[in-house]
Amino acid sequence: MTTDLDITETLDVTGVSCPIPVVKTKQAIDELGDGEILEVVATDSGSMSDIRGWAEGTDGVELREQHEGDDVYKHYVEKTG
Amino acid sequence: MSTDSQQTGDDLDAEEAAQAEMTEDDLRARIEELEATVADLQELEETMAAAEDGQNKMTIIATKGTLDMAYPPLILATTAAAFDWEVVVFHTFWGLDILHEENSRNLKLSSVGNPNMPVPNIVGAIPGMDRMTTRMMNKRIADNDTATIEELVDLSLDLGVELQACQMTIELMDYDENDFYEGVTTGVGAATALQHMGESDVQLMI
Repeated sequence: MTTDLDITETLDVTGVSCPIPVVKTKQAIDELGDGEILEVVATDSGSMSDIRGWAEGTDGVELREQHEGDDVYKHYVEKTG
Repeated sequence: MSTDSQQTGDDLDAEEAAQAEMTEDDLRARIEELEATVADLQELEETMAAAEDGQNKMTIIATKGTLDMAYPPLILATTAAAFDWEVVVFHTFWGLDILHEENSRNLKLSSVGNPNMPVPNIVGAIPGMDRMTTRMMNKRIADNDTATIEELVDLSLDLGVELQACQMTIELMDYDENDFYEGVTTGVGAATALQHMGESDVQLMI
């Protein structure tokens, strides 16, 4: 559940469900600069597939890591420009 | 095999003879024709490349105003916007209630018509049952931290989703344009919807 990545911002989307985690992630990424990494903390189990799908289908972002813990799902998304 | 090569040789001779018969003017005309074809193909290739690089677009036609049916258009619209897609949702008939500030907070679930409801249809038809099933659904929405319709409408507008309210049905249902959320587009009709659908990669009717 830990990462060696250098995190710029953390987005807390615990307690909310689809489609909010993806939408808030997108909004938070828009605020970051190129090369910066967003940590997304979610409790929605669907976020594992949804954030991955969103990152694959969206230009300018790269999903660096995903960690699944006890009811907590962490996603690390880099803004690539 | 020798016959084949003989034929090929003959064909070439015939082609040469035909070419020799073409005048210089014919050749110039033919060159111009080919140049025009090449230019057309290049233009087509550029258009296709631009289309591939371009933004995806989705148009949804939202026609339902029950609590359960208000969710799919808004969830898909906000998610598509998160993918940087251009999104238009054209609301018509009962779908207008999703954009109606007051009505959107009081959307109801029908207790009949869905065999998966916890009550048989004959019981669901009793007055007051819709209110009960709606209350149950709203409790589930709150318990699961599912976004409310109002939150999803606000989020859609924040993300740049174009929420359109069909003018004909606004008048048909006697709604006032000021009853809708700020940012909702009014004064649009079927031609506008069709124009967006024609330009879209994904078109849905919900």
